Amino acid sequence: MRIGVVTFPGSLDDGDAARAARIAGAEAVRLWHGDPDLHGVDAVVLPGGFSYGDYLRCGAIARFAPVMESIIDAARGGLPVLGICNGFQVLCEAHLLPGALTRNQHLHFRNRDQWLKVEATNTAWTNGFTGGQEILIPVKNGEGCFVADPATLDKLEAEGRVIARYINGNPNGSQRDIAGITNEAGNVVGIMPHPEHAVEALTGPSLDGLGFFTSVLRALAGSSAGGPQGGQQ
Amino acid sequence: MARVVVDVMLKPEILDPQGQAVANALPRLGVTDVSSVRIGRRIEIEFDGEPDLDRAREIADKLLANPVIEDFTVRVESAAGVA
Repeated sequence: MRIGVVTFPGSLDDGDAARAARIAGAEAVRLWHGDPDLHGVDAVVLPGGFSYGDYLRCGAIARFAPVMESIIDAARGGLPVLGICNGFQVLCEAHLLPGALTRNQHLHFRNRDQWLKVEATNTAWTNGFTGGQEILIPVKNGEGCFVADPATLDKLEAEGRVIARYINGNPNGSQRDIAGITNEAGNVVGIMPHPEHAVEALTGPSLDGLGFFTSVLRALAGSSAGGPQGGQQ
Repeated sequence: MARVVVDVMLKPEILDPQGQAVANALPRLGVTDVSSVRIGRRIEIEFDGEPDLDRAREIADKLLANPVIEDFTVRVESAAGVA
């Protein structure tokens, strides 16, 4: 399985995301923002950082990168796409996910290990978790406050599209403690905290982040014709 | 040469923590009669030819503003009116 990781000018966590994909057992394929070719990848990660300097609004300019035009089309066709932090902002700006991410309510950059409760486990990126599972992964953002109008929030909750909520403290003022959401089809997921930083005991607070990457491999194995998991390489 | 000015503001229902921080600083200047401050963004666009409000509106809708959280207005401003 090939997981593409996009590098925009200003991406910071593309290296860690590629490493997490490899640790999960995938082949990591680096994708360049200026190249619309997705090189046949089976899934895409939009990493954290400050794409295009986050000028104007976080993710606003990245959304128009040549690679994004291809990713938006492919995501609508079912390609699994995970947006982490800045990647989540890009997915909202691209209208692949509803809502927006705004300045943290308290105006402080928050960088800490954060407990989350996983909710939706029927997505391409969370099927390896159990509903209600509590996980610990780093959060680090200045503009991570998820906002949407009440009707959209109600719809997300009614349709079971909140994939994780902050517990033991909301780091940024996100409405209804939402840390991550999915689209209607469950192939596109955005999450503000950083699963790619919690995949090894040496550098992370847990190995909980790995579940996002192993989940997508499981989803891809399940959707490919015939072969058992791991039989695709 | 005329330019198009785009004003982008957070929608009224969206919290503006930057504006609140500024409002909270005003008493330090001795200002005590301000109840609210909200911060937006002014963008000036100059076209090669005549200013085109429809194109400016499209640019604002697609890129300059995020309609999920922001409202915008566009208007033509003549250079003569500016020093």
